[in-house]
Amino acid sequence: MTFASVSAVTVTLLLVGVFFVIMMNLNKVATTIEEDVEIRVHVDVAANDKDKEILEQRINQVAGIKSVTYSPKEKELESLIESLGDEGEAFQLFEQDNPLNDVFVIKTKNPTDTMKVAKQIEKMEYVATVKYGQGKVEQLFSFIKVSRNVGLVLIVGLLFTAMFLISNTIKITIMARKREIEIMRLVGATNGFIRWPFFLEGLWLGILGAMIPIGIVSAAYFYAYDFLNEKLKDHFIKLLEFNPFVYQLSAILIIMGAAIGIWGSLMSVRKFLRV
Amino acid sequence: MIDMQDVYKTYRNGITAANGINVHIDAGEFLYVVGPSGAGKSTFIKMMYREVKPTKGSIIINGVNLAKLKDSKVPLLRRNIGVVFQDFKLLPTLSVYENVAFAMEVIEEQPQYIKKRVLETLELVGLKHKARSLPTELSGGEQQRVAIARSIVNAPKVVIADEPTGNLDPDTSWEIMKIFEEINLRGTTIVMATHNKEIVNTIQHRVIAIENGRIARDDMKGEYGYES
Repeated sequence: MTFASVSAVTVTLLLVGVFFVIMMNLNKVATTIEEDVEIRVHVDVAANDKDKEILEQRINQVAGIKSVTYSPKEKELESLIESLGDEGEAFQLFEQDNPLNDVFVIKTKNPTDTMKVAKQIEKMEYVATVKYGQGKVEQLFSFIKVSRNVGLVLIVGLLFTAMFLISNTIKITIMARKREIEIMRLVGATNGFIRWPFFLEGLWLGILGAMIPIGIVSAAYFYAYDFLNEKLKDHFIKLLEFNPFVYQLSAILIIMGAAIGIWGSLMSVRKFLRV
Repeated sequence: MIDMQDVYKTYRNGITAANGINVHIDAGEFLYVVGPSGAGKSTFIKMMYREVKPTKGSIIINGVNLAKLKDSKVPLLRRNIGVVFQDFKLLPTLSVYENVAFAMEVIEEQPQYIKKRVLETLELVGLKHKARSLPTELSGGEQQRVAIARSIVNAPKVVIADEPTGNLDPDTSWEIMKIFEEINLRGTTIVMATHNKEIVNTIQHRVIAIENGRIARDDMKGEYGYES
């Protein structure tokens, strides 16, 4: 009996645990990418310092703006040369007559507002062009949104499956205790008195069942963390730190195991307690 | 002691098992409940320990109306009523001692008192020497004696027995009846449903016969009255 229930908890929590690790890390990657999204407003060359100041003020008034950084064209050229490495040297000729624009770099409070904010700024005076990775950003955001929703649905689905599986396992095994419960009721035991051992048993089974997935997931994450971070280094993506993520995950799995165990055993004992 | 007035019970499937029962049982009485199978004996017995709730009417035991008793109060009622069944209903994994002590543990009696009281009760039913045995190591008669010990260990005022000799051979049945007689002599009210003609006709007590959910007969020092 104990083995069947613990196995059910173990298998389902292992699935939940693995899935949770993947989802949380994907979410981290998505957030990192989202945070990298910025709007670059190229200022018309005709604008003088006063015009730029007015433009900055007007940009700052747009709802949802987190930060506005001014980057003069000299700095833009510098970063262009830097980003091109050896080939960039050719551009040093432009230092005398810089063809680039001054730029306002804008970050929004909510990255998904990027398009909306960009459209508003586009219409302003002295704005030459607005760039934010048009087309790609929309696709990226909708991809992130879909994967987050799918992940949420899958986790909720998995939890329900876990509860169903565990409740059924305990229900079958509790049939063996039916006689004991019947006799307890006949000799005058209160429902609370009858429930108590089942409550403790469920709690114990749930925690025991959570221990194995915690061990497996922690060990796997410990090794995967170094390995994957090395691979992802070039993409400026980092996985969630082992500490505190794995400890948080372990706490979540223990709480879930205990809750599922208690719930499963109380649900299955309930039908025998009706007078 | 026990007072049933205009008691009706109709089950969800439409079967009426109690059809206007009126009966009064005094404290210390010994009462046989007889009648053909399916006449309503079991329902009559089950209503007394609130396993079945009457549809209508009142059942008063020790001043408590079972028809109006809240479900949460049923355990308290059962602590004052001992119940014995045909199939003994013992826990196979517990020893004789533990099976009897179980009834005291669920009402959270002191361990010292439990020990004293369980051994006294096992002595009364003649099984003190088998306190450590498991039910499977006992004969049918011995198992029923354990069940009786469990039913009286909390010193209830009423013991309700549903065919307690139904699974036993004649000799063993007489032994069991001797124990019930002894319990009754100590002042406990006994209500016993039975099909055993010989016992009813030999150890004479009040007999009520139930037919079609009604009391067809109620005789002091009565007879079984059916062909067995």
